Amino acid sequence: MSEPVKKQYDLKRREMPKQPPEVRRYNFSEVALGYTPELAIEEAKRCIQCKKPSCIANCPVEIDIPGFLKKVAEGDFVSGIRVLKDKNCLPAVCGRVCPQEEQCEKTCIFHKKGGQIAIGRIERFLADWEAEQRELEMPQIPPRSGRKVAIVGGGPAGLTVAGDLIKLGHEVTVFEALHKMGGVLVYGIPEFRLPKAIVNREVEYLRTLGVELVTDFVVGKTRTIDSVLEEYDAVFVGSGAGLPWFMEIPGENLNGVYSANEYLTRLNLMKGFLFPKYHTPVKAHRKVAVVGGGNVAMDCARSALRLGAESRIIYRRSREELPARLEEVENAEEEGVIFDFLTLPLRYIGDENGWVKAIECQKMELGEPDASGRRKPIPIVGSEVIYPLDAVVCAIGNSPNPLIGSTTPGLKIGKKGNIEADEKTGATSREKVWAGGDVVTGAATVILAMGAGRSAAKSIHEYLRSLSRIPGNGS
Amino acid sequence: MFRVIASQMIVPNVHLLTLAAPAVAREAKPGQFVILRAEEEGERIPLSLSDWDADGGWITVVFLNIGATTARLASLTAGIDIPTVVGPLGNATEIENYGTVVCVCGCYGIGSIYTIARALKQKGNRIITIMEARSSYLFYWEDRLAAFSDKIIHITRDGTKGHRGHLARLPEIFRGLEEPVDRVLVNGCTFCMKRTADETRPMGIKTMASLNPIMIDGTGMCGVCRVTVGSVTRFACVHGPDFDAHQVDWEELLQRRKTYMPEEVVPLRTSRCEERHFKSQEKSHE
Ligand SMILES: Cc1cc2nc3c(=O)[nH]c(=O)nc-3n(C[C@H](O)[C@H](O)[C@H](O)COP(=O)(O)OP(=O)(O)OC[C@H]3O[C@@H](n4cnc5c(N)ncnc54)[C@H](O)[C@@H]3O)c2cc1C
Ligand SMILES: Cc1cc2nc3c(=O)[nH]c(=O)nc-3n(C[C@H](O)[C@H](O)[C@H](O)COP(=O)(O)OP(=O)(O)OC[C@H]3O[C@@H](n4cnc5c(N)ncnc54)[C@H](O)[C@@H]3O)c2cc1C
Ligand code: SF4
Ligand code: FES
Repeated sequence: MSEPVKKQYDLKRREMPKQPPEVRRYNFSEVALGYTPELAIEEAKRCIQCKKPSCIANCPVEIDIPGFLKKVAEGDFVSGIRVLKDKNCLPAVCGRVCPQEEQCEKTCIFHKKGGQIAIGRIERFLADWEAEQRELEMPQIPPRSGRKVAIVGGGPAGLTVAGDLIKLGHEVTVFEALHKMGGVLVYGIPEFRLPKAIVNREVEYLRTLGVELVTDFVVGKTRTIDSVLEEYDAVFVGSGAGLPWFMEIPGENLNGVYSANEYLTRLNLMKGFLFPKYHTPVKAHRKVAVVGGGNVAMDCARSALRLGAESRIIYRRSREELPARLEEVENAEEEGVIFDFLTLPLRYIGDENGWVKAIECQKMELGEPDASGRRKPIPIVGSEVIYPLDAVVCAIGNSPNPLIGSTTPGLKIGKKGNIEADEKTGATSREKVWAGGDVVTGAATVILAMGAGRSAAKSIHEYLRSLSRIPGNGS
Repeated sequence: MFRVIASQMIVPNVHLLTLAAPAVAREAKPGQFVILRAEEEGERIPLSLSDWDADGGWITVVFLNIGATTARLASLTAGIDIPTVVGPLGNATEIENYGTVVCVCGCYGIGSIYTIARALKQKGNRIITIMEARSSYLFYWEDRLAAFSDKIIHITRDGTKGHRGHLARLPEIFRGLEEPVDRVLVNGCTFCMKRTADETRPMGIKTMASLNPIMIDGTGMCGVCRVTVGSVTRFACVHGPDFDAHQVDWEELLQRRKTYMPEEVVPLRTSRCEERHFKSQEKSHE
């Protein structure tokens, strides 16, 4: 650390305007409203342009952070966005959902004093500013290489690979199982945190670059990877971790018990919050309990609130251990989500018509730290409590869907159902097949999926170039 | 976009839709299904594949007009495009040489069991098809099924064709057959499948049913299609849709299918005349 942190530095993080909690808890519009240009410049000016910037080191895609902050500080947003997009092709998304507090902002030199630069907010500002200009810069695309790449899954991993490879002159087709591109960004993360218009904008950008986007196509069902490879030179699998876990406790199949995926898909992908204009029904529950403590759980609890329910989170550890982003926990608290910490569901109790009417839980206390370093919750004997409710959302995790593995001979699958891939290149045990994102790591983050897509695209490009040197090779 | 090639009401309230879906047609196998959306705002619903032609690139579904989505599908005419037809989903029905197989079907199941009966026949089985309906005018595709059945037996509630009554007549029908039955397959409404399972259980004949829980994605992502089979929770879209009918928790399936009953009638209470008005309001949410 070369720069000593002196008193004269401006340590005041500029707050980002938000909808007030008492207003936003009744609507699905975006909670955070974003910086004004003035706020963005003020905030960016606080950066002291460290010589050895510790923020970059902790960014999974190594964005030149001081570089774009400098441009913003100078009011040169055009150059700023260029620096940003050099490493991150989805800044409007990442600026909103990245856990910056665990990444770049955590290692910002001002972190110790609580004055870390609000890198994420500035990133978001730049991306939104660019979109408002309505003049997206079109990259120069080299002449067609004549090579074709198929991408399985239209989530952040797949879209990143598509963007990178089309810009290198290859033909790219993305196959997506659902009827919309975007992966978790469209079916999981709610409108109030990530407006779907932003995701659509990024997808449309890829379309203008010439990426072929095929929805309603389940690889492994509509066509296997082997059959796809008869037509394409390489395949990238970015199929995510979409298989929901349940608690496996009694009463789980009662009406009114949902997986987080179902609950969120009905609302986001199917736009159930606009029922009956959109035809997929969503129930108007009165008391909803969400089991879990991650981002997914927060999204479910805050959605339930917006649908008019009393909403509580049931989590078996304490507030400190919540895996969700702090910002989201605070948002949920402000909006009025009730938190029951150190509480473990034992069973769901049904009424005579097969509807859930209560949940029985046990209280826990924290013991010694476990393998994850977090203190292990231990049941307190005789502490059972029953909460009456009319819906439960189970948000305890997801793992990769086994479909690709079971229909692709020779593709090595790990113990947890994840595809095994090289950390640096994304190469799998199968020739011509790469993989990355949640399908390799298990449920993780948008930026890690993007980063994996980046490295895989590089490796695929190298492979395709090696083909081109041998004329007549490939299909 | 997927184009409607043909649309027809084949008997009152039962419709047939032929759609251009070459990728689905190429891979389709008996017992699989597709998920469709009839329009951009529409719900995703599963329908069994009742026929297809890989060379022609088309698939056929047969469905009961029962609610908002199926009503919309029923109103489509040739030349119209619908936004989603995805599949083929689910596992194919197991086709082996079992000996004598009874195919029990009613309602949309008459359509969906057709390719299954055909495949079983081609595998060398003796096929006895038992069709069930309220009245004789509700039977369809009898000629198609006859082409692959060694025998067709009808049951009608009003007695206008074949046996009079309901599936409760199955035991006596089975007793009247010349040969023992090695396997029973049943496609149709949940009640018809449950009833068949109840009747064949005491006879100890392996019975497979094609379950029809509520679905969204059809790929194992949402879990709404969970069914209990032999006290284990299964996702019907990826582990099924065929399951051992004697192991299925039918009460739970019937219950779960009712989840959205109060909501499902809402879109039916409209003439759709006000759609233009809604469309302009929605723009702000796109
Ligand atoms: C509710 C929720 C909230 C989250 N919040 C955050 C957050 O705040 N910050 C953050 O960084 N991360 C968050 N995450 C995690 C993040 O969204 C994921 O890590 C990221 O989306 C993974 O990207 P991916 O491309 O690997 O997979 P996905 O986004 O899962 O995309 C995979 C796509 O592949 C498709 N697919 C699957 N199988 C097939 C097939 N056989 N054929 C064709 N297509 C297929 C799927 O339909 C899907 O569209 C959240 C996740 C959820 C569920
Ligand atoms: C694997 C499978 C294959 C099927 N094959 C056929 C078929 O070949 N022909 C046929 O007529 N029907 C079939 N069904 C049932 C069909 O999906 C429902 O009748 C249809 O969804 C009704 O939709 P609706 O909007 O018209 O009616 P709604 O009024 O919305 O619903 C009527 C009833 O249908 C069921 N249902 C509603 N939404 C769904 C949904 N998203 N998924 C599944 N069921 C739902 C509910 O039990 C509901 O009470 C099949 C179901 C499954 C799971
Ligand atoms: S953001 Fe923080 S760590 Fe990064 S260069 Fe600026 S002051 Fe240094
Ligand atoms: S329909 Fe979603 S998991 Fe089966």
